[in-house]
Amino acid sequence: MTLILGIESSCDETAAAVVADGRSILSNVIASQVDIHRRYGGVFPEVASRQHVLSILPVIEEALAGAGVELRAGSPHAGGGTAPNGGLDAIAVTRGPGLAGSLLVGVNVAKGLALASGLPLVGINHIEAHIYGNWLVEAPPPEFPLVCLVVSGGHTELILMTGHGQYQRLGGTLDDAAGEAFDKVGRLLGLPYPGGPAIQEAAAAGSATAFKLPRAWLPGTYDFSFSGLKTAVLRIVQKYEPQASGGPKSKPRTVSSQMPPLVRVLPVANLAASFQAAVVDVLVEKTCQAAEEFGAQIVLLAGGVAANTLLRQEMSRRSPLPVRYPPADLCTDNAAIIASAGYYRYEAGERAGWDMDVNPGLRLVARPTPGPEDPEGTPKKA
Amino acid sequence: MPVLDQDTLDFISHSPAQTRRVGARLGALVRSGDLICLEGELGTGKTRLAQGIGLGMGVVEPITSPTFTLISEYHPPRPVPTLFHIDVYRLDDPVHEAMAFGLDDYLDDGVCVIEWAERIKPILPAERLWITLRHLDANKRGIMMQANGPRSQELLAAFRQSAFGV
Repeated sequence: MTLILGIESSCDETAAAVVADGRSILSNVIASQVDIHRRYGGVFPEVASRQHVLSILPVIEEALAGAGVELRAGSPHAGGGTAPNGGLDAIAVTRGPGLAGSLLVGVNVAKGLALASGLPLVGINHIEAHIYGNWLVEAPPPEFPLVCLVVSGGHTELILMTGHGQYQRLGGTLDDAAGEAFDKVGRLLGLPYPGGPAIQEAAAAGSATAFKLPRAWLPGTYDFSFSGLKTAVLRIVQKYEPQASGGPKSKPRTVSSQMPPLVRVLPVANLAASFQAAVVDVLVEKTCQAAEEFGAQIVLLAGGVAANTLLRQEMSRRSPLPVRYPPADLCTDNAAIIASAGYYRYEAGERAGWDMDVNPGLRLVARPTPGPEDPEGTPKKA
Repeated sequence: MPVLDQDTLDFISHSPAQTRRVGARLGALVRSGDLICLEGELGTGKTRLAQGIGLGMGVVEPITSPTFTLISEYHPPRPVPTLFHIDVYRLDDPVHEAMAFGLDDYLDDGVCVIEWAERIKPILPAERLWITLRHLDANKRGIMMQANGPRSQELLAAFRQSAFGV
């Protein structure tokens, strides 16, 4: 049994977990900052870093205790300790992408623990870890090749995976990430942060066909675009609420006493349902197309937006292939997925040096090719 | 082409694609130390214009919204300077937070394009090219560029020459 301690601090969750053989969770501890960031309507980087510093050691201690392991090298069978499951095999930590200040906390703590314990260290790409959330599902491991849709606040990527650590990027967003579109539209509709769950909840009481919203199909590519959809929602909101500026600090509506009360109340539920349906429609359609074109064995969903119920339902309904997604608590940021990805990297012989640095813009696959250009062509350099 | 004065240029983009081409013309003219501030409500094309600036600088990878990460860095082929694409939309106390995350360091060291720049106006250097975007209809956007200092006057003049030939 190979035991990996995973550490995650890329954004607004401080997390640690112990996972056995990349697939079975022994402990999974998360200190969420959502309540702290909710009042800012988003992640507040300096606050995030300070909170990580405060939370990270207690979180790691709790994860170790919960898994019944000690922070030392050694298999369960090696003597010397008192913990029921013995020592660990390696420490895996997120090194990017994410907020630089937040990533630094996790990476430096992981280095310190590795130095003190003699355990090997493995640096993990956060996006890759989200894909590995699907290996933590109790079922036979996913078969290659597979297509995975990674959708979160900062990412929307369609990935072809042909083996462990073997990725090809089929496409991604050209502007806003899907989760970012949920957050921004949530704010336009006056819903609380984070926008994803709030829109899903509001949409439950609405009609997905109430508003005809645009879908950017970008034919011939596996790319996505959500900024036009966001703007379309803004235009509708403005018709109801003349003061809605869409700015970060929309003022509360004030109605002059001379004016009659507003008769047109913003149909939040219908707008939320129509918006959600438009996002899901494009995500599902393009993922199914990619899975067919590349002969995938299975379709995986990963990332925070993969917790969206409509996305799960529609992907399962419309894909001819099996569809898998992690349970909701493994879709959002956590360290079990870091430990799982870390296991497969560790087994492949990867070890990080002491010079390992954070990389806030780390990509899963290098992106040498430009996005699709306008048919009108790009201007020549002056 | 309405010219208000030598330091102001006000014109209309008829499509997102045109907004991007406008950006690309500007991007071909920038140099290290230039600061371009973008102001305009959601959906006016700030990110689109920034994508064009990157294109004009020779950035080959897709430029996406930096709202989530605050700052995205792009490295065009040498000797073109680094592009820092910054978005202060999410900051609650933008002025203090922007100082805390070290905005100054970026300003010295490449080309900075800042979305929602009006939120941190008090801490921005005086020398800057200020671009205001506004909705005219579903596709049309008003684009107003204002130079505030010798370098941005030079940049605006070069852009005017490149885009409009005057």
